[in-house]
Amino acid sequence: MIAYIIRRLLYAVPILIGVNILTFWLFFVVNTPDDMAHMQLGMKHVTEEAVDNWKAERGYDRPLFYNEQQDGMSTLTDTIFFDNSLRLFVFDFGQSDDGRDIGYDISERMWPSLALAIPTLIIGLLVNLTFAMLMAFFRGSYVDLSGVILCVVLMSISGLFYIIGGQWLVSKVLHLVPISGYQPGVDAWKFLILPVVIGVIGGIGSGSRWYRTIFLEEISRDYVRTARAKGLGERLVLFRHVLRNALVPILTGVVVVIPLLFMGSLVMESFFGIPGLGSYTIDAINKQDFAIVRSMVFLGSVLYIIGLILTDISYTLVDPRIRLN
Amino acid sequence: MRIFTFISLCMVMAFISACDGAWNNPYPADESDDNTLYSSFQERPKHLDPAISYSSNEIVFTGQIYEPVVQYHYLKRPYELIPLTGEALPKVSYVDGEGNTLEDASGDVAYTIYEITLQPGIQYQPHPAFARQGDDYLYHALSGTELASIHTLYDMQQSGSRELVADDYIYQIKRLAHPGLNSPILGLMSEYIDGLGEYHKTLQQARSGDEWLDLRDYPLTGVEQVDRYTYRIKIKGNYPQFVYWLAMPFFAPIPWEADRLYSQPGLIEKNITLDWYPVGTGPFMLTVNNPNLQMVMSRNPNFHGEKYPEEGAPGDEAAGMLVDAGKSLPFIDKVVFSLEKETIPYWNKFLQGYYDASGISSDSFDQAISFDAAGQMGLSESMQAQGIQLKTSPASSIFYMGFNMRDPVVGGESERARLLRQAISIAVDYEEFISIFANGRGLAAQGPIPPGIFGYLEGEAGINPFVYEWVDGQKQRKSLDQAKKLLADAGYPDGRDVGTGKPLTIHFDVTASGPDDKAWLNWYRKQFEKLGIQLVVRNTDYNRFREKMSSGNAQLFRWGWNADYPDPENFLFLLYGPNGKAEQGGENAANYASAEFDALFETLKSMPNGPARQAVINEAVELLRYDAPWIWGMYPVSFALYHEWYKNLKRNMMANNTLKYARIDTVLREQRRAAWNPPIVWPLLVIILALVILVTPAFIAYRRHEKKVVS
Repeated sequence: MIAYIIRRLLYAVPILIGVNILTFWLFFVVNTPDDMAHMQLGMKHVTEEAVDNWKAERGYDRPLFYNEQQDGMSTLTDTIFFDNSLRLFVFDFGQSDDGRDIGYDISERMWPSLALAIPTLIIGLLVNLTFAMLMAFFRGSYVDLSGVILCVVLMSISGLFYIIGGQWLVSKVLHLVPISGYQPGVDAWKFLILPVVIGVIGGIGSGSRWYRTIFLEEISRDYVRTARAKGLGERLVLFRHVLRNALVPILTGVVVVIPLLFMGSLVMESFFGIPGLGSYTIDAINKQDFAIVRSMVFLGSVLYIIGLILTDISYTLVDPRIRLN
Repeated sequence: MRIFTFISLCMVMAFISACDGAWNNPYPADESDDNTLYSSFQERPKHLDPAISYSSNEIVFTGQIYEPVVQYHYLKRPYELIPLTGEALPKVSYVDGEGNTLEDASGDVAYTIYEITLQPGIQYQPHPAFARQGDDYLYHALSGTELASIHTLYDMQQSGSRELVADDYIYQIKRLAHPGLNSPILGLMSEYIDGLGEYHKTLQQARSGDEWLDLRDYPLTGVEQVDRYTYRIKIKGNYPQFVYWLAMPFFAPIPWEADRLYSQPGLIEKNITLDWYPVGTGPFMLTVNNPNLQMVMSRNPNFHGEKYPEEGAPGDEAAGMLVDAGKSLPFIDKVVFSLEKETIPYWNKFLQGYYDASGISSDSFDQAISFDAAGQMGLSESMQAQGIQLKTSPASSIFYMGFNMRDPVVGGESERARLLRQAISIAVDYEEFISIFANGRGLAAQGPIPPGIFGYLEGEAGINPFVYEWVDGQKQRKSLDQAKKLLADAGYPDGRDVGTGKPLTIHFDVTASGPDDKAWLNWYRKQFEKLGIQLVVRNTDYNRFREKMSSGNAQLFRWGWNADYPDPENFLFLLYGPNGKAEQGGENAANYASAEFDALFETLKSMPNGPARQAVINEAVELLRYDAPWIWGMYPVSFALYHEWYKNLKRNMMANNTLKYARIDTVLREQRRAAWNPPIVWPLLVIILALVILVTPAFIAYRRHEKKVVS
């Protein structure tokens, strides 16, 4: 397994370089260093000299990929790309275009993101599995039919409706929790309970339908019939046999997103005023802060690769037949 | 089961005990009675360094912390400058090219000297930069070990203070030229402050990597220390508007000690810079700096003291604005700004009493404002029932459409192009635009100078006679027939070029990216269709738009301007020829160039306010109206709502240090919050009951299924 993980990690290096080049190229095609300077310096009284100074301060006055003015390796190393991208591989994110330490900001903002995302994932998973199993248990009955209809209805409603409707009902009408905001530490629960509930409800439709499909597929297998034939109760059949065998497709969807929980939820964080990494990324895009965008894309790629490796490892844990060779 | 019940009960008890007071209160319950003003910010401030900060969302903070030598009178209108840290307003003198002092500005002024004397005894807020042990500063040369334990400014436990001196103002003026800062006003100020441009070059050469530049070692010819409390600024020529710049945080004091402290690379890496931890003498100091969540300003214990104004504008006394006259400022102990990105939660929190004041977004306009039978705007019944009050005031801004005067069709000085521009100016009905797209929050502009700025005229004398007529004591937009006649005279009858017979097509450059923008773009198309002109919208992002404007490639565009200071020069310079954007990179985006207007502008810009200046302004504005380089667009009107417990609020579009005048009736606020936000629990119980009712049949069916015996 270790050899497999090392191999996968080595595969990740060219992928990350490719992601870096692509992000860099796309960003600089849309935003020239001049655009970035104007965005940072404001709209009033900005002179060309100020723009040139800003670029020079941040090294944006050099060529993007190839520096003809230099000799040897410097033609490649004395470029914006090399200077900005190489240090990412040691997780040195550098400073944002407005002078903030990106690594520090990420370390500060990932906790609120996790505080929102982890309960939403765990509770959502439990609720979805339970509901899906209920529908599978009563397959073909009014419970199943009502459940499927409910899932379709829940899936058809926009996520924004849940957020705005939830804020309106729970915070504005019932006055039960703050409508938005955040406090670090144990006081955070007061601000997280509503977004978590909304996140869970918003995910029930698609999640439960997906798991129901998986369960129904497993229920029709021979080993389930065998289990029933030997006299096992339906509860044991579902939990001990069906659930365990359905774990591989479930893990495929779940484990891969666990590392990405760090990246936060853009819409939720924005509407509930939670200072996580989702809003950090979108703010950076709006401000054309390439340093942050580049860091977040890189971090997202790394976490996604880690998620994929963890998924592979999790397969071996739930299915002894799978070996990572 | 008993354990489960016990745990559930404990959780409910914990929930209820944690929610002391209103459950939806976003602030800690023990702060409910604090003398705190609650506000919000939508976008985190990028810069709090007064040499760099230039955005309105930043000046909300810097304005309260830093103190320039002068400030705007809070209540008086028109806007008036008064001393802040200065003993008096700056003394102004003029010298000619040979250094001889002139009696006034009427002669050949080579330099203007501003002499400023500070009040003695003003102290800085407590700050680690001043902390000393004997002769040594505690934190100016931190070792690696010391840096390891410092993560925020507040980790430096010791603090100190010292008296404000003239050298601190000089130091900040020098910082404007620091090559590592990129002050946005360096280019502009280099044109005026003697030697500032050269000083920038000197510092560029002197700078070595990230090493601290002690600016005290580098003299600047344009500023001079006279004594401990007095300094002089030497301005090239006569630029009377410079005194307004002195009221901005750009010209606030920075102690060298702070610059030294923050120059340490180990602190810069940890975001501990002047950009994020300001140090000033103002009534408030930044005590919580988490721009991702909350910014808190607390009362500066070293504040030198200031009194609430004892006189105001007519009507202020009747409006209760002088109740606190002569009392010591500030009234509040703390200001809490919470990050609020979305308008819906922001608005609801205001209605719940968790923000003390609010603007009105388009989404909430109908809820907040109603119109009576006469079409007069007022607060809606629901707002009045909550005791919410409304303040409106014209912003010192203008949104306009500009013709590129370099364009062969719409630009230039030809009679044909001028008539075309005048015809279009009549056809684009900005009264309708304001009604539809701004909810009536604006005034159709009559020229470049907005209300509240010297030079703006009310009534018949102030209308644009090329677009409006004065009928029955009111201005009335000229008829479409008159616009069509002008268009025909221009050689475009029914919108077709009389020479080629082809329909006239005009390209309109805009930056409209939102889903709601389509409506107003269509509206513009319809305005031009009224004349038979085809309007082609060239929608682009701001960067491309800026490029087009810089290269002079636009034909018609939409832009705006927000005043830096309350002087007509700050608007008329937008049409001054030497400020052309395409050739000189200035702010004259229309690239309007009229020798006659330029001469008038040069005359009026250095005149004192008075009838003579008004006459020159009238002449200049009339010329602009005739040439019509802009469709004058609209002056926005600012609306603010505030709760009844918020006292002394008067809109001041120029002053940025107004929080010190605010007073909060905290008892009333607490009562209202409690009355408006009682927790309603029964719907939750109903939902739980409904779930139980729904699940019970399934559970029964499950039990029955489990007990079923195959026979």
